[in-house]
Amino acid sequence: MSIPNYSGLEPLRIFKGANFVNIGERTNVTGSAAFRKLIKEGNYDEAVNVARQQVENGAQVIDVNMDEGLIDGVQAMTKLLNLIAAEPDIARVPVMVDSSKFSVIEAGLKCLQGKGIANSISLKEGEEEFLRQAKIIRRLGAAAVVMCFDEKGQADNYERRIAIAQRVYDLLTTVAGFPPHDIIIDPNILTVATGMSEHDRYAIDYIEAVRWIKQNLPGALVSGGVSNVSFSFRGNEPVREAIHTAFLYHAIQAGMDMGIVNAGQIGVYDDIPKDLLEHVEDVLLARRPDATERMVTFAEQFKGAPSAEVVAAQAAWREGTVEDRLKHALVHGVTEYIEADTEEARSKYSEPVLVIEGPLMAGMNVVGDLFGSGKMFLPQVVKSARVMKRAVAYLEPFLEEKKKQNAASPPGPLSQGEGDPTPSRGGGPPGTRQGAKKVLLATVKGDVHDIGKNIVGVILACNGWQVIDLGVMVQSATILKTARELKVDIIGLSGLITPSLDEMVHVAKEMEREGFETPLLIGGATTSRVHTAVRIAPHYSKPVVHVIDASRSVPVVSNLLSDNERVRFEAEIKAEYAKVRTQYEGSQREKEYLPLPEVRAKKFKIDWTEEPPVAPKSTGVFSYRNYPLKDLVPYIDWRPFFMAWELAGKYPAILTDAVVGTEATRLHNDALKMLDRMVKEQWIQAHGVAGIWPANAVNDDDIALYANADRTAVLGTCQTMRQQSKKAPGVPYIALADFIAPKGTPDFLGGFAVTAGHGVDERVKRFEAAHDDYSAILVKALADRLAEAFAEKLHEIVREELWGYETAPFTNEQLIREEYQGIRPAPGYPACPDHTTKPELFRLLDATAHTGITLTESLAMYPTAAVSGWYFAHPRSKYFGVGRVGRDQVQDLAQRKGMDQQEMERWLGSNLGYEP
Amino acid sequence: MNTIEQLAEGRILILDGAMGTMIQRLGLSEEDFRPESMKDHPIHLQGNNELLSLTRPDAIRTIHEQYLEAGADIVETNTFSATRIAQGEHKCEHLVREMNIRSAQLAREACDKYTALHPSKPRFVAGAIGPMNKTASLSPDVNDPGYRAVTFDELASAYREQVEALMDGGVDLLLVETIFDTLNAKAAFYAIEEVFEARGKRLPLMCSVTITDASGRTLSGQTIEAFMISMAHVPLFSLGLNCALGAAQMRPYLEVIAEQASCRTSVYPNAGLPDQMGEYRETPEVTAKLVGEFMKSGWVNVVGGCCGTTPEHIAALAEEASKHQPRPLPVSA
Repeated sequence: MSIPNYSGLEPLRIFKGANFVNIGERTNVTGSAAFRKLIKEGNYDEAVNVARQQVENGAQVIDVNMDEGLIDGVQAMTKLLNLIAAEPDIARVPVMVDSSKFSVIEAGLKCLQGKGIANSISLKEGEEEFLRQAKIIRRLGAAAVVMCFDEKGQADNYERRIAIAQRVYDLLTTVAGFPPHDIIIDPNILTVATGMSEHDRYAIDYIEAVRWIKQNLPGALVSGGVSNVSFSFRGNEPVREAIHTAFLYHAIQAGMDMGIVNAGQIGVYDDIPKDLLEHVEDVLLARRPDATERMVTFAEQFKGAPSAEVVAAQAAWREGTVEDRLKHALVHGVTEYIEADTEEARSKYSEPVLVIEGPLMAGMNVVGDLFGSGKMFLPQVVKSARVMKRAVAYLEPFLEEKKKQNAASPPGPLSQGEGDPTPSRGGGPPGTRQGAKKVLLATVKGDVHDIGKNIVGVILACNGWQVIDLGVMVQSATILKTARELKVDIIGLSGLITPSLDEMVHVAKEMEREGFETPLLIGGATTSRVHTAVRIAPHYSKPVVHVIDASRSVPVVSNLLSDNERVRFEAEIKAEYAKVRTQYEGSQREKEYLPLPEVRAKKFKIDWTEEPPVAPKSTGVFSYRNYPLKDLVPYIDWRPFFMAWELAGKYPAILTDAVVGTEATRLHNDALKMLDRMVKEQWIQAHGVAGIWPANAVNDDDIALYANADRTAVLGTCQTMRQQSKKAPGVPYIALADFIAPKGTPDFLGGFAVTAGHGVDERVKRFEAAHDDYSAILVKALADRLAEAFAEKLHEIVREELWGYETAPFTNEQLIREEYQGIRPAPGYPACPDHTTKPELFRLLDATAHTGITLTESLAMYPTAAVSGWYFAHPRSKYFGVGRVGRDQVQDLAQRKGMDQQEMERWLGSNLGYEP
Repeated sequence: MNTIEQLAEGRILILDGAMGTMIQRLGLSEEDFRPESMKDHPIHLQGNNELLSLTRPDAIRTIHEQYLEAGADIVETNTFSATRIAQGEHKCEHLVREMNIRSAQLAREACDKYTALHPSKPRFVAGAIGPMNKTASLSPDVNDPGYRAVTFDELASAYREQVEALMDGGVDLLLVETIFDTLNAKAAFYAIEEVFEARGKRLPLMCSVTITDASGRTLSGQTIEAFMISMAHVPLFSLGLNCALGAAQMRPYLEVIAEQASCRTSVYPNAGLPDQMGEYRETPEVTAKLVGEFMKSGWVNVVGGCCGTTPEHIAALAEEASKHQPRPLPVSA
C-alpha cells in the first residue's frame, strides 16, 4: 500500500504512526500582519527569510497564502515560490499553495517541481467546478486539501462535516482518479469561546469528525488551520498557546495528520498548568455551559506575558554546553566566540591538549563526516579549519607552558614543531596528536602553483592527519630527505603545468632507487589517472594513486593508512591501473598519425586575397605598469574561481544552484568583499606588456617575426605544432601558423604577458600567520582571476586600439564566450602545447623587465597569477587542440628549434603519440 | 499481437543507444544539415541533429536499422530537441511539427521492416521528448533569482505541439527523458495528458531522470526519492535513469528506484564517464557487464544506452539481457 508522500527537493513521507506534520503558517498574508506588510511593500527578500525561519524552526511543509484584496495573488504567489525555489534550505520541504482563488492555486502549483499540496478546493460552487479543479490539481501532480464546504455553505456541525467528507471522498476517488492518500480533508477548525452558544461545540465536533474520517474513509488524511480555534483570545499569547496545545493533543489522538500551526505557539501538553488546562479543556470539549465565561475571566491574568517563542531561536546555540558550542562553531565556521569558548573548555579540562583531542577534534570529525557525505562543501570546510586553527593558536601558549612543566618528565605531547625543519601550513592543529599519521605535500620542482595543494592540506588536517607542507618548487631531494627524517606515512605531489608531470616521474624513480615504501599520491590540474597509471606508477613498486580532487584525498589517505583496508585498496588500485594501462595501449594502437608532409599538405587554408590579414594601427611593444585593478574587476570570469573551490556549475547560475547555490553565494560574497579591499587598499600590483610585430608563415609551421615592415630583419621565430592524428576526409590538420599569411602577403603576430600577482605572497603570509587559510586561498584565487581578467582587458585594448580592428564593444559574457575576432593561445595549452616557445615570447616582449614575471626551470611563470600568449587577429583564427603528434614531427620540431630530440620529447611528454 | 506490457512480463526489453554518437561517426558537414529551403538561413545548422530527419532521412533510418539489427526492441525517434523552444536557438521553430512527424515515420518504417522480418520480435517506436534548453525551476539571472526564462505554460504548449506531431507520425510510446528539471518534466506530462484527453487515446509512458553527479540529485536539486514522488501522479510504463553517468556511478540511484518504483524500471547509462578528451570509451563488454549486474540483482525491465553507446553496446546488452529475468512488477494494493 502506498503511503502519503510529498516532496520539495527532498521527500516527506507520512508513515503509519508518523508524527503530526507541522505546516508553517507564517508565510500567510491573512494570518500574519508582518508578512502581509512585507508583501505589500514588495520586500520579498525579507519574505523569503520568513519562510526560511519557519523551516529552521521545524516546519515540514510551508503554507503560502497571498489572499489580500490589494495584492495580485497570481503574481505574488509566483514570485515568492520562484524565489523560494532558489533557496535549497527552504525548497527542500514541500509547499502548500493556499488560496481561496483557484487561479492562484494553479499558478502556484506551476512553480513547484516537487509534489505540493493545493489548499483548498470545495463543493462551494458545485460538483462540476469541483471536479474540474480536482483534475487540474491531479494533472499538476499535487495533493488536495478539501474543505468541508458545499453548495449550502460551511459545515459547522458534526453531521454536515462527515456527510461532506464522504461525498468529496467518493467524487475524488471514483470520478477524478485521486488515490485516497492524496485527499486531505479539512473539517473546519472554527473559533470557540466567542460568547455565542452555537459555537460551543466547534472544537469537539471537529475532533469527532476527524475520528470518523479516519475510521470511515480509508487512506484519507485530515488537516486544519489550528490558530483559528483561539481567535477570541487575540493578544493573550500564553492562553492561545495553551488552547492550541490542548486542542492538538485531542485532535491528534483522534487521528489528525497535519495542521497549519505556528510551531512556536505549541507547548507541551503536560506543561500546561493544571487549572489553566482545566479551563481550556472545558471550552474545547464543551464540558460545561459556562466554560467560555469562566475561561474569559481566568484568561485575564495571563495578558501581557511574553510568548515563549520570542525568547528562543536566534542565539539558541549559545545555550549549549561548551562542547556543543565548540562543535557548532566548527561546523558553522563561526569565529566570533571561539577564543572565549576555548578558554572555557581549557579551564574545564585538566590539560590544554585534551581540549584539542576532545571537543575540538570531535567537532572536526563531524565536519569531516558531513563533508564526506556531501552535506558540506569545500569553502565551508576551509572556514571550519580557520576556526580550528584559531582555537589551537589560543591554546598554544598553554601547551608550551605545560611542556616546560613536563620538561623533566617524559616527552611532552608535542610531536611536531620541535626542530621541525619545515613550515607546516596545512591548516590543522600543529603538533597536537602524538600518534597522528603524517602526510607530506609538495608542489614539485619548477612549479609554483599551490591553491589545490593547500586545499588538500586543509582537508587532510581537518580529518586528523598531520600535514607537512613543503611549499612550492621543491626539489626531489628535499622531499625525500624530509620524508625520511619525519617518517611520513604518505607523500603527495602536486603540479599544474605539464613539465611537472615529468618531474613527478623523476620523484617516483628516486623513491624507488632509495628503497622507499611510502605510498605516493599524485594531484594537480594536468595530472590524470591515465598519466599516473601509464607513466608514473610503473617506476615505483609501492602504491601510486592519482587523487582527482581534494574531496577524494580523504578516502584515499584513510584507505592507505588503515590497517584493515590498506592491502585491499592497494590491490584494487594496482589492478585498476594495470587495466588503465592496457586500455591506454589499446587506444594508442587504434590512433593513426599521418606523416608530417601529408598533414602539412592538408593544412587549414585561408584565401589571403579573399580574406586579407588585418593590418595593425601600430607595431612595437607597449607596456602597462600598475594597471588600475578596478578596471579589471568587470572582466573577471568567475567560473574557474568556483572550480578552484570544487563547486561545479556555470556562473551566475551556480549562485542559485539547488545543491551548492547557498555555499557558492556565500563564497562569492566573501570574494567580492576581499576583492573590494584588494582594489581599494592596493594589495597587489598588475603589470602587463603587449607587442605586435610584422610576421609571415615560413616553412609551413613556423612564424617568422620581423623588426621592419620590409620583413628583412628577423626578430625571432615562433615554432608551432600541427595536428597529426587521423581525421575524417576533408577535415584540415591545423597549426597556428596557418592563421598567418605566407611571405608575399604582409601579416602580423602579437604577443603579451600580464600579471596581477605582485604583492600576493605578502598577503598570503599575513593570513597564514593569522591562521586564516580560507583568506589565504581566497586572495590567491582572486589574484589568478585578476590576471585572467587583465589578459581579457589587454586583448580588448589590442583589438580596439593597438591593432584597432574591432569597433563594437562586447559584454563580459560575450568575452567569456570568445565571440570576438582573433585568439590569444598560451604556450603550454592545447593550441600550442610546447612550453618552450615561452622564453622566445618573453624575449620578444622583454616581459620580465616590463612585468616582473620570471620563468622557472620548468617554464612556469612567477608570480603564479600570470598569463602570457600570442595574438592572432585573422577572423578565421580559432582555438583548437594539437593533440598527440608523431615521431617525425617531434624530430622536425627539435631540429627547427635547435634542441635535442630527447629534450623535446621531455617537454612534450603528454603530446607524444608514441613511446619515446 | 503482443503489447509491450505483455512482452515486458517475459523478458528485459532493449532500448537503442545514442543517436548523437552515431551521427558524429558519419562526419557530416553543414550542407548535410541545411534543408533545400533554408539556403540563406542566417544561423549555423550543423549539430541540429533533428534536421537530419528532413535532410538526410537515409542516414537516420540507417542508424535505427543498425540498432534494430543489434537487437533493440524499442528505438527512440530523432526528436530529442524537436520542440519550439529548443529549436528557437537555431531559428527552426517552423520545422518542429515536420521534424517530429518525419522522425516518427522514419523510426516507424525501420521498426515495421524488422517486425516483418522477425514477427516473433515486434519492435516499438518511442517518441523521444527531451528536457529543453530553458528550465522552469532555475533563474538564469543571478541578480534576480525569482526570474524564469520560461514558464510552465510555455513549456507545456511546446511539448503539446511535439506530442501531437509524434502521435501523428505513429509512435507507440512516449519517452520523457534526460530530465534534469522536474518542473519541465511535469509540464511535459501535463501536455501529454491534455493531448491524450483530447484524442481519447493513450500510449504507454516512459520517464527517465538524470542524476547529475555524486550529490545524487537532479540538476534542479531533487533527490531521486523526491523526484519519484513528484512523478507519482503519472501512470507510467517505466521510470528510470539515463545520461550524465556511466552504469558504475548509477548503481546507488537505480537501487532506490528498483526498491520503490511501482511501475517498471529502466536504465540507459552513458558509455562510462567521458575521458580527458571528452570521449566516452567504455567498451560494450564493460557496459554489458555493469548493466548485467543490475539485471542480475533483478532491478530492471528496460535497458539501453545513452551518450557514447553504439550498436555494439546494444548488441552486448541484448546478449546479456537474454541471460536474466526482468524485475517483477510490484503488486499494487
